[in-house]
Amino acid sequence: MVNTNKVQLLQLPLAEVVEGLPSKSVKKIDKRILKHELVPEHRVLTLEEAAEVLGRLRVKPWQLPHISINDPVISLIGAKPGDIIEIKRKSPTAGETITYRVVVPY
Amino acid sequence: MRRVNENEPYMLHKIKFGVLSPHEIMKMSRVTVVRPDIYESDGTPVTGGLRDPHFGAIEPGERCPVCGNTREECPGHFGKIDLARPVIVPHYGETIYHILQSTCRVCGRILIPQKRAEYLLNLYDRLRDKWPRLAENLIAEVKKEASSATECPYCGARQFKIRFVKPFTYYEDKPEGETRLNPIDVRERLERTLDDDLRLLGIDPVKSRPEWMVITVLPVPPLSVRPSITLETGFRAEDDLTHALAEIVRQNERLKTFITSNAPETMIEDAWLTLQHVVSAYIDNELPNIYQLTHRRKRPLKTLAQRLKGKEGRLRGNLSGKRVNFSARTVISPDPLIGINEVGVPMEIAKILTVPLRVTPYNIEEARKYILNGPDKWPGATYVYKVRSGKKIDLRYFRNYKQLAESLEIGDIVERHLIDGDIVLFNRQPSLHRMSIMGHIVRVMPYKTFRLNLLVCPPYNADFDGDEMNLHVPRSYEAMVEAKELLLVQKHILTPRYGGPIIGGRQDYISGAYLLTVKTSLFTEDEVARILSRAGYEGGLPEPAIIKPRRMWTGKQLVSLFLPKDLNFKGKAKINAGTLKCDDEDCFHDSYIVVDNGKHLMGVLDKNAIGAEKPENLLHLIALEYGDEEARKLLDTLFKSFIRVLEMRGLTMALSDVDIPESAKDEIRKLTEEYKKRIEDMIKEYREGKLEPIPGRTLEESLELKIIQELQKLREEAGSIAVNNMDPFNDIFIMARTGARGGEVNITQMAAMLGQQTVRGRRITRGFRKRTLPHFREGDLSPEARGFVKGNFRDGLRPTEVFFHAAGGREGLVDTAVKTSQSGYMQRRLINALQDLVVSYDGTVRDTWGNIIQFKYGEDGVDPMVTHHGKPVNIDLIIDKVRGK
Repeated sequence: MVNTNKVQLLQLPLAEVVEGLPSKSVKKIDKRILKHELVPEHRVLTLEEAAEVLGRLRVKPWQLPHISINDPVISLIGAKPGDIIEIKRKSPTAGETITYRVVVPY
Repeated sequence: MRRVNENEPYMLHKIKFGVLSPHEIMKMSRVTVVRPDIYESDGTPVTGGLRDPHFGAIEPGERCPVCGNTREECPGHFGKIDLARPVIVPHYGETIYHILQSTCRVCGRILIPQKRAEYLLNLYDRLRDKWPRLAENLIAEVKKEASSATECPYCGARQFKIRFVKPFTYYEDKPEGETRLNPIDVRERLERTLDDDLRLLGIDPVKSRPEWMVITVLPVPPLSVRPSITLETGFRAEDDLTHALAEIVRQNERLKTFITSNAPETMIEDAWLTLQHVVSAYIDNELPNIYQLTHRRKRPLKTLAQRLKGKEGRLRGNLSGKRVNFSARTVISPDPLIGINEVGVPMEIAKILTVPLRVTPYNIEEARKYILNGPDKWPGATYVYKVRSGKKIDLRYFRNYKQLAESLEIGDIVERHLIDGDIVLFNRQPSLHRMSIMGHIVRVMPYKTFRLNLLVCPPYNADFDGDEMNLHVPRSYEAMVEAKELLLVQKHILTPRYGGPIIGGRQDYISGAYLLTVKTSLFTEDEVARILSRAGYEGGLPEPAIIKPRRMWTGKQLVSLFLPKDLNFKGKAKINAGTLKCDDEDCFHDSYIVVDNGKHLMGVLDKNAIGAEKPENLLHLIALEYGDEEARKLLDTLFKSFIRVLEMRGLTMALSDVDIPESAKDEIRKLTEEYKKRIEDMIKEYREGKLEPIPGRTLEESLELKIIQELQKLREEAGSIAVNNMDPFNDIFIMARTGARGGEVNITQMAAMLGQQTVRGRRITRGFRKRTLPHFREGDLSPEARGFVKGNFRDGLRPTEVFFHAAGGREGLVDTAVKTSQSGYMQRRLINALQDLVVSYDGTVRDTWGNIIQFKYGEDGVDPMVTHHGKPVNIDLIIDKVRGK
């Protein structure tokens, strides 16, 4: 069961900011970086998944760590400001860890 | 303002800072200062001067003319100076500049079309709370957009570029030429701005109207903020702030007279600018491009900003760091006989530091005893608080102890001396980690130093070459219990830094442990008794290892008496190296430690078994598996017996300990010749250009590298010759092998040769022209001429060698001095950044706003303090346990 309030919370004014501000030129990024060993797996969460994550952690989106829209991987996977990204990354202590980040337009 | 009960606790929700408005300044002002002099000729304060009585009562017995209170009650009152002409507050210069640039010079509207401005404001409002960083970016963008406009979208007026010269001058670039905007012009423009437009520029117009940044009236703080002091000579010295304010009044009055007497415009302008400078200096006397206010042309005045700034400023010196009561500091010295949880406190200190004792039916007799002893006889008391009268009685002056003791009631509080068994906090600076402050149990002792057990030196990084330490007394039951449960030394045997014991043996403890457990040591009944009695052992002796001709015990048997009965441990000893190397239990050299079911069967105890800061050793295992109490017992018993062994045997060094036979010396000499020849050949090859360079290096570098390599090998070989010719039970050699003190390098340097001296990792090259010392020819590349020392400490060095050694030694000193200051500052910044992060109950790491820093502490949620050197579980240990080995 997804709390509709949570979903509404995710409707952020972030995308508007991008429209509201002059856009910077986008560099073309080589797709092969996604396959590089040191680049962890990024995935955009669906609205429902994102609401679940936020509910579980009891945080508002802006309390998550941020990731820039200009991050090469983010622009490759086509995430938009306000999206929540799940990152699966190797960890020296825990083997594999999952972290979440919110995409921000700066 | 509503008057709240002063004692009522309340929660601060938030603090909002804004600019003080002239209206507000006027409202709180009780006096207008118009005269720069402070006292009349008869010594009374000038009315309308900077010591006007309306600033508040400060003399004893004086009544405040404003609030009617005496100096204890009067909070002090502000005054004001009405500035003849407005003045810019220099710290707002930048903000004012941005507003001037972004708003119309005629109508004051923001230089962004209505529609777009409304849209942006709406966006800004939605972003502000949740995405503050974004909102800031938005404002920066708005400023950029607005300041690039050339025409006002509202009134159509042409806009000109504004030039800002720090800290408070503005020029407008008009087509007919650049003109200066004086503060009145600036203030007028700021007054015209609209509230909504200001919000778009990131300013809260309710709390901070921009025109308030150009002040027309200056608040003058009360006297309690700038107290004057009376010197012994009877002269009065005023506070720096008062001097600065007097200068402001002086310049202000001068400007006033110029204006009223219709002086030429240039003179007025000049006086106005002077006033601007003086006001700026009053706020911050270290602004660039400003005339500093000074004390008779010498020392700069300490004005407002200087009071707050820096290490000794109000913030870092008085708010983040405070001086405290109930603390003591003195030199530390060692006492191997007290427990690791204890600290020896000098009697003199115990009679000054006190703990409040609330009188109950159960302790009233004890409390009476303290009172009868008085403040000078330990254990006594210094003060008594009577509940009924609420009075505090000082036992130094109230001498009738008998009557006081008799009239003692339940609920009274007796300030009693520090006694044995009290818990105190003990600290050594620099406080780099949490083990730098630990809880100790007091033991009152004679003499004047704090005594501490040698085993707690490593966490404090303390030694006894003059170190001093601080002691603090917790005075509430809550604090005492907290100290006992969380801070007690035994709770810090394991460190969270790397998952291992930080408390443990060093130096003599290690030599002693080795000499106790080494195979050659056998102890008679008498000796065993002496060793065990030091440890406080009570109980029977095991069956002796040898029965005839005398009953004798091995050290390992004695160690076993103290180990937990089901302890199993295996591991290599420190001496397990070189010729004594072995990898498993099949070890002839006694260098593999085996403890089976609490019986120490083989292997000597040395640094790897009982050393401080050595993870995965015997002490670590016991602390982890059996808890801190068991580990503490071991440290307080067995470890003391190590010292006893040394006391019986003695451990010392003599010149003869570093003597090596003449044959070995010959061998080293021959070796040196051999290497010298080889290096000479290399140099010759280099000179002829035939030397094979190392890839990526120049010819010179290659030669240097090769020479250094060769000489390194030479020293190692000479060292091993020396070591191989040494008696294994030579005391110095024992210390080096067991890891108690020194290493093979030190022995080599004493017995064989010092080897190559380096500065910045290179052979020594600097000094005279093309040579290091006048003893050598120019361009001499031979080892001797470039800092190679073939002498040793035993036989002595040649003059040139002494010089090279000093050069190398100096570098080490400089390095440590530089390194400590740099890493100290780095640590400070790191702590400031991390100090309020918290591991919350769901395992996440968050800051005080609830922002997530880490989704699980350390990504695995493991407390490193209870790990096996960082690993949560030690599989080998578990397998061994399951297999019953």
